[in-house]
Amino acid sequence: MIHCEQRNGEILNVGFELVGKAVELSKNLDGQVTAVICGHKINHLAEPLIHYGASKVVIVEHPLLEKYNVDAYTESLYQVVKAENPEILLLGATLVGRELGPRLAARLKTGLTADCTNLEIDQESKLLLMTGLAFGGNLMATIICPDKRPQMATIRPGVFSLLQSNKHSKGEVMLFTPRLDEDDIRVKVEKIFQKVRKHKDITTEKILVAGGRDIGWKEGFKLLEELAELLGGRIAGSRAVVDEGWLPKDLQVGQPGKVVRPKLYIAIGISGAIQHLAGMQESECIKAINKDLEAPVMKIANVAIVGDWKLIFSWQRVRMKIQT
Amino acid sequence: MRILVFAKQVPDTTEVKADPVKGTLIRDGVKSIMNPEDKNALEAALQLKDKFGAKVTVITMGPPTAAAIFRESYAMGADEAVLITDPLYAGADTWVTSMILARTAQIIGFDLILTGRQTIDGDTAQVGIEIAEHIGIPVIAYATNITLKDNTVVVTRELDNTYEVISTKLPCLITCTKDLNKPRYMRISNIFGCFDKPITTLNNSILKFDKNEVGLVGSPTKVKKTFTKGPKVQGTIFNGTPEEGVEVILSKLKSEKIINAQIVNKKKKLEGA
Repeated sequence: MIHCEQRNGEILNVGFELVGKAVELSKNLDGQVTAVICGHKINHLAEPLIHYGASKVVIVEHPLLEKYNVDAYTESLYQVVKAENPEILLLGATLVGRELGPRLAARLKTGLTADCTNLEIDQESKLLLMTGLAFGGNLMATIICPDKRPQMATIRPGVFSLLQSNKHSKGEVMLFTPRLDEDDIRVKVEKIFQKVRKHKDITTEKILVAGGRDIGWKEGFKLLEELAELLGGRIAGSRAVVDEGWLPKDLQVGQPGKVVRPKLYIAIGISGAIQHLAGMQESECIKAINKDLEAPVMKIANVAIVGDWKLIFSWQRVRMKIQT
Repeated sequence: MRILVFAKQVPDTTEVKADPVKGTLIRDGVKSIMNPEDKNALEAALQLKDKFGAKVTVITMGPPTAAAIFRESYAMGADEAVLITDPLYAGADTWVTSMILARTAQIIGFDLILTGRQTIDGDTAQVGIEIAEHIGIPVIAYATNITLKDNTVVVTRELDNTYEVISTKLPCLITCTKDLNKPRYMRISNIFGCFDKPITTLNNSILKFDKNEVGLVGSPTKVKKTFTKGPKVQGTIFNGTPEEGVEVILSKLKSEKIINAQIVNKKKKLEGA
């Protein structure tokens, strides 16, 4: 079972990604993929989920579910899970999912694995193997939930790729009306305001030019920005440069940060801590420039250039060469 | 007003290294610190204390050495410190940990519970929210601003694309982010006294869990294995002069049709304009 988040009547991509992954997992299990979606007047959202592979969609319909509210959503999903008894329940690790997941897991008296980067089914035990970063990202850990049900996990957006949708897929749609009362809602959302975003969402960019601590100062990113513009991409950065205040948080790649999989990822002056690699290693092509050959990022790069980025990327030179 | 702050001692993960052969952590010589966002939670509690008057209790669970964070808590201005420690609790996952902390909170009594959003060694962001569910109180996660008036807290918090202003009634639990405040430094006068301040210890004889409910045994999730991530296949390495480096990148970008396509597009745009 997948909880698919909708905002203003649109399903977040991570929901489709998880449905696709669940279809793959279900081949090793005797089960079907059910997508659950909460909201008000959202019947039209069932169809796209079926096209992406869900064999059943549960539309959880209630006026109190129009906007996300942790109390209303937890209670509704709790009732759905109690009615459907899924073996596995997956949620997107958005900030909403990371609030909703623990509250729901605690109510269901089951375990929850946060921020998984891989999901598999153990051939023998048929248990869900939930793998993610552990211990501050210094290790990978595979977690199981052997006895309690459902086995719950949250997964970052962008970790699994979006499968092709098939317009001819058929599936069952079930309308579920949760028992909800105004009094159940103890946290009141008084005001919502949109974040002002100066930058486009880096997870949808095809080309990213990312800088690390070695860029050395804020102004250095102007050079990277020039390159990014030249290539038709955007800039991004590692945790170090965001902590230094050289780039805003929404351009951070890694965990914490965004998981990206662009066609081209140029890592400049990034050593490549495992937290950073977790956010970009699925990029189609990785090019790295680093003064240290032993830097982890150099080991996963398709092309690794050893040297001082400032010398290599002295931009006038490159630009001249491109134009000729 | 009674405020509980749940805090955790964590290894400074920026200094931890993994052993690639054994797939375990090398913790030797790594210093332990109070989890950064728990310190933001403590600061938020102390600000409420400064404004309205409150008794601030810092609570942690772990081995006896975890009590080291209480010195700093006292030096910042906390009033009371409680250590939950019992060998039975070792290996607890987030679900069991939150059960134990929830029962502790209920025994001590509270108006408000503050925790950090997440720890730097676990990053799960689950324990605070699960405590609230076990006790049955409202939760507001990811606070970036907290105000209190009479019995109502109003919290600003950051979601994926929006900020929300949320209100709820006490008692409740709030998880705090690093954007909430800047934790104060320890006061000299408090530092002198902090080593003499008492630490209350709670164990299972007080919390009274069945031994099958807690620790590794009672945890719904188990670690099947840990490992370091193996490197991908090594790509081309280039080690030469900067000029040659530029050539290598350019020729690669060209042969992979990244640059040419862009230039054609740019030309088209220019011609169109």
